[in-house]
Amino acid sequence: MLARKRLLTALALTVFASGVSAADEVVVYSSRIDELIKPVFDAYTAKTGVKVKFITDKEAPLMQRIKAEGQNATADLLLTVDAGNLWQAEQMGILQPFTSAVIDKNIPSQYRSSSHEWTGLSLRARTIAYSTDRVKPEELSTYEALADKNWEGRLCLRTAKKVYNQSLTATMIEVNGAEKTEEILKGWVNNLSTDVFSDDIAVLEAINAGQCDVGIVNTYYYGRLHKQKPDLAVKLFWPNQADRGVHVNLSGIGLTKYAPHPEAAKALVEWMTTPEAQSIFAGVNQEFPANPSVAPSPEVASWGSFKADALPVEVAGKRQAEAIRMMDRAGWN
Amino acid sequence: MEAAVFASRASPLPHSFSRLPMHLRELFVAHPAQRRWYPLVFVIAALVLLPLSVLLLSWQSIDTQIWSHLWDTQMPRLLGNTLTLIVGVGVGVTLLGVSLAWLTSLCEFPGRRWLDWALMLPFAIPAYVLAFVFVGLLDFAGPVQTLLREWFGMGLRLPRVRSTGGVIIVLILVFYPYVYLLSRTAFLAQGKGLMEAARVLGQSPWQAFWRVALPMARPAIGAGVALALMETLADFGAVSVFNFDTFTTAIYKTWYGFFSLSTAAQLASLLLLVVMLVLYGERRARGASRASNERPRVSALYHLRGPKAWLASGWCLLVFACAFVIPMLQLVVWFWQRGRFDLDERYTGLILHTLYLGGMAALITVSVALVLAFARRQAPTPAIRAGVSLANLGYALPGSVLAVSIMLAFSYLDRELVIPVSGWLGGAGKPLLLGSLSALLLAYLVRFIAVAYGPLENSLARIRPSLPEAARSLGVSGPRLFFKVYLPLLLPGTLSAALLVFVDVLKEMPATLLMRPFGWDTLAVRIFEMTSEGEWARASLPALTLVLVGLLPVIGLIRRSAHRIG
Repeated sequence: MLARKRLLTALALTVFASGVSAADEVVVYSSRIDELIKPVFDAYTAKTGVKVKFITDKEAPLMQRIKAEGQNATADLLLTVDAGNLWQAEQMGILQPFTSAVIDKNIPSQYRSSSHEWTGLSLRARTIAYSTDRVKPEELSTYEALADKNWEGRLCLRTAKKVYNQSLTATMIEVNGAEKTEEILKGWVNNLSTDVFSDDIAVLEAINAGQCDVGIVNTYYYGRLHKQKPDLAVKLFWPNQADRGVHVNLSGIGLTKYAPHPEAAKALVEWMTTPEAQSIFAGVNQEFPANPSVAPSPEVASWGSFKADALPVEVAGKRQAEAIRMMDRAGWN
Repeated sequence: MEAAVFASRASPLPHSFSRLPMHLRELFVAHPAQRRWYPLVFVIAALVLLPLSVLLLSWQSIDTQIWSHLWDTQMPRLLGNTLTLIVGVGVGVTLLGVSLAWLTSLCEFPGRRWLDWALMLPFAIPAYVLAFVFVGLLDFAGPVQTLLREWFGMGLRLPRVRSTGGVIIVLILVFYPYVYLLSRTAFLAQGKGLMEAARVLGQSPWQAFWRVALPMARPAIGAGVALALMETLADFGAVSVFNFDTFTTAIYKTWYGFFSLSTAAQLASLLLLVVMLVLYGERRARGASRASNERPRVSALYHLRGPKAWLASGWCLLVFACAFVIPMLQLVVWFWQRGRFDLDERYTGLILHTLYLGGMAALITVSVALVLAFARRQAPTPAIRAGVSLANLGYALPGSVLAVSIMLAFSYLDRELVIPVSGWLGGAGKPLLLGSLSALLLAYLVRFIAVAYGPLENSLARIRPSLPEAARSLGVSGPRLFFKVYLPLLLPGTLSAALLVFVDVLKEMPATLLMRPFGWDTLAVRIFEMTSEGEWARASLPALTLVLVGLLPVIGLIRRSAHRIG
């Protein structure tokens, strides 16, 4: 009897005890893809010896997994694109505040959560792309103006299901009010030259091929396509320079509520805001570093400088649901 | 012209027992023997019920704001789209699958011998891959239209690719192999005697097809169409490339946009209800039609000549070209332009992980499905039948919804069962299920059990009860009966089932993404990462690798699963 119990215990130990976590590792759940995060994590491991383990997936499932794991958490950090997603994570109560003088110094406050639960790491502008063959830059002015009649049948958009468009709409509601924004969205939908696309690259390709003349895209997609096709007949335009500025969103990282290695995780985030990490992190995806002391890559700098919207990016999250409902009503699929 | 007449004539053994009416037969069967199946079947059903109950629990609170918004602005359009898609794909896969299976299994025409297995190859291409290849190739900015514009000028307007018709065609090309594979096996198993008897009795080939072959193959065709339609209902990847909004789109939108998982789960459970009705309908329509087994046909029944032969070759070639050759060529072109620069030593790991997961999942899923199929045959009590139907439901749910339900269920088990038990035994008190390989394999099991069950049930149904009875009367029973009598007869069906599950697991994305252990990236994960960034050309590398990895078993197994000599 005793022997059997001992055997059972030994068996149980071998089965259950395998999950003991080492202190010199950090675990990240990321919706930023492998090739855009691995270089940074590899650099950190080379520098400090701390291992960074990660899995990639879409935001919503990752957040649900963190929530489900609860106190038995595996993940220390949640890395996502779009402030809207980080705000949602905050609302779900799966993050915890962490203060750090290093992060406060490196990242401007508009790109951080007001409750200190997450910080931005890189910035991307969602801006207007136009055909150099058929549009003069003087014809362009603001996002709102793309709803005017003279753009009828000339506009290309990505699907409203993408959070980038939801965040853009959310900030427009914040600035212009709901009624005016809905009118603008209806104008955009009316001006579409073809059904909305499933990604930004397709929008740029359509402008290049002559299916439409203008579109709204994230800057790094332009960077990627331009690298492949240097003779692209498409350029970027910075709208709303006379008023609020270009819509800027971010890729950011938050500390999970029950992070098993909170100190190691914090150290990693702090390092990720330093110039060394910032230029790798933004560089691999042709984004703008969130740390203003770090210059963007030459390619990114060649698009010209612009005035960015100073609205705290959290607004995108707060008004996301409202934005989706409005886009649905306007018929933006 | 009744099937049973011929079946009984061909049978060397009397089987008066099996001809007794069902309710009388049940009187002869010992109930304790039937009950032996209960625990096994119920455990399997519970495994599937666990994630499904997560869906049901979501009804505890209803977010009226989201519901009324969806109802006012989205539902009429989404339901209309979904219905169009289901009807279009359903009709399309039936026409394509049955006509191709008929031609390759009963006729002889130039190229038949290789088209016979080649027509199965499109099964190795995931729906989302075919979708992005077609859109990339044929959309306005794609190479085809660009070339046409260069020839004929900007004024040229072609039919839109990203349209209802486009998405239906792509899904038909991707899902017809389900119908093809199952009806081909059924046609081959019908044997020579039946169709020749039909001919002797003065039936034309068409009449023989309509009045003999088709009715007998109906269960198999029905099972194939049901699989194709469940895939269609659950598909999110392909329809989102086309930006074609279906009911499943609403589920994802509610979760990813409104972050209301409970509303998404409510929508998903409604979808499940529809699928249950469809499956029930399919079972009912199948009715009393019974398949029989005979010796496989040795030579072709119809030797097509002249224009008929060319038409047959042309039809098969057309489908093969559209569903396989053209997409593969486009992938190869993209690979050469962009994908090859990403190729590094990490691909070895990706391929090995993919193969391991596919192989293990196929093994486990087929074994479990075999248990279910036997249980339903040996003990068709209402309880067993309900349990088996329940276990088959996992396939119909959109992958992500099922994945998250399984994940929630496992984390619940971890919290309530694994951790307390391990703590009590002096262990570390750590979660064991979530993030482990076994959890991922269990998730595959729940999702794909229906895929394995269909072919197994069909081939089991073709074994007349008289056969094992005779074996028993000769003193063969237990494991020996299974290995000596059943398994050889079930081999084609088992291989088909294993092939379907293996390839489906290779292509599976949401559960793999959400539940894979650290470092267990697969080819599908890489495709997800590339396509989520709109990098279709670069996704060619993992996509091409995935198709090639999936091809080997497809070729190998299709040739062994059921073939005609000569």
